[in-house]
Amino acid sequence: MAEATHAEVHRHPAPTSFIRKYIFSLDHKVIGIQYLLLALAAVIVGMIMSVLMRVNLSWPGTHIKIMETLFPQGAPGGVMTPEFYLSLVTMHGTIMVFFVLTTAPQGGFGNYFLPIQIGAEDMAFPLLNMMSFWVTLVGFVVILTAIFAEGNATVGGWFSKLGTSFAGGSGTVGPIGGWTGYPPLSALGPIAGPGQGAGVNLWVISIAIFCVGSLLGALNFITTLLNMRTRGMTLMRMPLTCWAWFTTAILALLSFPVLLGGGILLLLDRIAGTSFFIPGGLYVSGNTVPLHNGGSPLLWQHLFWFFGHPEVYIAILPGMGATSHILSTFARKPVFGYRAMVFAIFAIGMLGFFVWGHHMFMSGMSPYSAVAFSVLTLSIGVPSAIKTFNWLGTLWGAKIRFTTPMLFSIGFVSLFVAGGITGLVLGQSSLDFFFHDTYFVTAHFHLVMGVASIFGMFAATYFWFPKMFGRCMNEGIGKIHFWITFLGVYAIFVPFHAMGLLGMPRRYAQFTEYEFLKNSKGLVTFVTVAAIITVTAQVLFYFNFFWSMFKGAPASENPWEATTLEWIIPSPPPHDNFAGIIPTVFHGPYEFSVPGAPNDFIMQTDGENIVAEAGGSNGGNGHRH
Amino acid sequence: MAATATGTDRTVHAGVGGGPRPRNGNGFHKNGEGDDVPFRFSPARYRIGVWAAIGSILMLFVALTSAYIVRSASSDDWRRIAMPKILWVSTALLIVSSITIELSRRSLKSRHDAAYSRWLLNTVVLGVGFVASQLIAWRQLVRQGVYMASNPYNSFFYLLTGAHGLHVLGGLGALAYLVLTTRRVAKSIDGELRRTGAADAVAIYWHFMDALWIGLFALLMFWK
Repeated sequence: MAEATHAEVHRHPAPTSFIRKYIFSLDHKVIGIQYLLLALAAVIVGMIMSVLMRVNLSWPGTHIKIMETLFPQGAPGGVMTPEFYLSLVTMHGTIMVFFVLTTAPQGGFGNYFLPIQIGAEDMAFPLLNMMSFWVTLVGFVVILTAIFAEGNATVGGWFSKLGTSFAGGSGTVGPIGGWTGYPPLSALGPIAGPGQGAGVNLWVISIAIFCVGSLLGALNFITTLLNMRTRGMTLMRMPLTCWAWFTTAILALLSFPVLLGGGILLLLDRIAGTSFFIPGGLYVSGNTVPLHNGGSPLLWQHLFWFFGHPEVYIAILPGMGATSHILSTFARKPVFGYRAMVFAIFAIGMLGFFVWGHHMFMSGMSPYSAVAFSVLTLSIGVPSAIKTFNWLGTLWGAKIRFTTPMLFSIGFVSLFVAGGITGLVLGQSSLDFFFHDTYFVTAHFHLVMGVASIFGMFAATYFWFPKMFGRCMNEGIGKIHFWITFLGVYAIFVPFHAMGLLGMPRRYAQFTEYEFLKNSKGLVTFVTVAAIITVTAQVLFYFNFFWSMFKGAPASENPWEATTLEWIIPSPPPHDNFAGIIPTVFHGPYEFSVPGAPNDFIMQTDGENIVAEAGGSNGGNGHRH
Repeated sequence: MAATATGTDRTVHAGVGGGPRPRNGNGFHKNGEGDDVPFRFSPARYRIGVWAAIGSILMLFVALTSAYIVRSASSDDWRRIAMPKILWVSTALLIVSSITIELSRRSLKSRHDAAYSRWLLNTVVLGVGFVASQLIAWRQLVRQGVYMASNPYNSFFYLLTGAHGLHVLGGLGALAYLVLTTRRVAKSIDGELRRTGAADAVAIYWHFMDALWIGLFALLMFWK
């Protein structure tokens, strides 16, 4: 069969109706953008919540008119109750971890660029891919419903009709158990206090739905990568981004089912009267809890953290991939130690399954297990250090092009080091005794899991935006956005370490009553001001994103002079990515500044003898040199 | 870099940063000369997909059964029930259905389309029989007053059989899809590969359901 006819046979026509093209699309590129938009919406909710929390911490008693209108019980007179604050903590964590840090890096950029970078026309199972997004969206709608089921008396009334465990309208904006939802309180129902009725039920259901969506996605990523790489695209010629998405997919595939299992057990405890997590003889808020006996709250912690720790890497590994990719591109040098990078990604991912106990040092576990978990946890420092040194090695001696994506990638490295180094402190059970549940922990995971991952995503957005929308984002606004955000996040989270050293506990709504924290007032206010400035600066990003989509400078095929497959096709790419032409790969992904080559970069598809042909005009794939 | 540049000498650079490597041993033996159709559907896709799905389903049951083991040791209120006899029937049905689906898969491989759809139908019937007998077991227990919340063992009994049953229903859906498409003989090579690939994947999934049930049954019978 001739190649030309074959290619013709397999060109799928692009859908023409609006609904098939943009709403229920099977195209991995559209689904990727849908995921990104979901994350962009979710992150606004999460950020508003964090600002409200900061305002309450530094200026307790502030009247906020809109809160009074929306939540008359939870914020009487516009002043939030401590329960309201706790529900903000919970929802901020849940929305950020699941609907931002898990959706954007993997579902968004992974979906869009993994098939293109390996030379495939789409994902292996496009229908599953579409379902994965829509299931995730339903999960998001359910978690938003929790806000009003608890916060609004009318909506709460509707849910109360579903049964006692669904009682709503208690005046919070969701459950109050934190994103970890520890039983027994989370398993008891409304008897445990405000926010523990419909809020927790919807929270568990939302997370269970999210698990299903992520599993469908993970299955698709793994199959696509193993089955659909184009000719010549060997595993060791894949961009590091693909390795990161692949590892992330394996983590998701094996860890989300465990959370799903735990969620089912928790929901059954709440609605079916079982006692998986509820011990007997509980006495809560002046009431004895009847009908339950023998459950183990620690069991939930094991199930939750067996998922929870890999989840941290699900959030950050794609950022590592994007950073490696972008650093190499703008340093105009091959990634230092490509193979070591691949093994380090994989090692971090796999070690992540054996360290969940370090979240439970204070649970009364045997000191011997604590030592084992401690040693395993600290051993993750080895592959992490390999990655860091290789990033620095990539930058070493380079003529760096300081574009916005490059700045954010360097920012990622900085934040990863700053946040990761405290992991070595917290990973030791003896030190964790002091730091557990203080702001030190909050500082650690916000820097390394939250902000570093987000910087990876910013870098990816600025880097791939020209490919996705055919227009470039504004570099000037981008750089201002970078500097405010970069300095802002350090101004927010470095003082958190100091607060942690002072012994300031997490999750408290106010600190005014504590003598030993009297001196920290200035610090708390400083952080709040920094947070407000940083959050406000994100308006620049949103403006730049949507404005550039329509008015940005038109992008060429390969504006960054990068080497991987997405840069040999038009911006934005056609429906079937390569327009029926099958790319053949001859080179590794990071061949910059190869001696003797006609250019300082060699596309992956350039002919094999490109270096020998020095002076030749064309690599054979129609792109200009 | 420039110091080592010798114009056309590529060995200087070889091996750096995933850069150029010698052709041999780098995957070309799989996708070498003459193989110019990488976009052709490869049936391995369904196999990889179903194994990934099995991995994640297995993790779900690993979580639930670990909870079973931990919970059985954590208190003194763990009381087993007399296992309904009909569960032996459902076990037998599922094992036989595993054999029939294997026969149908082999028939398809040797291009006996009639035998393929016959064995497929047998498998569906046996699968429905399995689900029915599981439901009968539940009914018997409910009649005896054995409810989900009355004892942790019961909770796990209903949970594990229910979760497994749901996955079997998913398998039945896939089988039904295969039955409905048996007569639609594919016109292209791709279509035929898809058909056999899908049948292969469903068979693997069905065997997994069988093995999973035997494991769960053994756990419920013998562990505490």
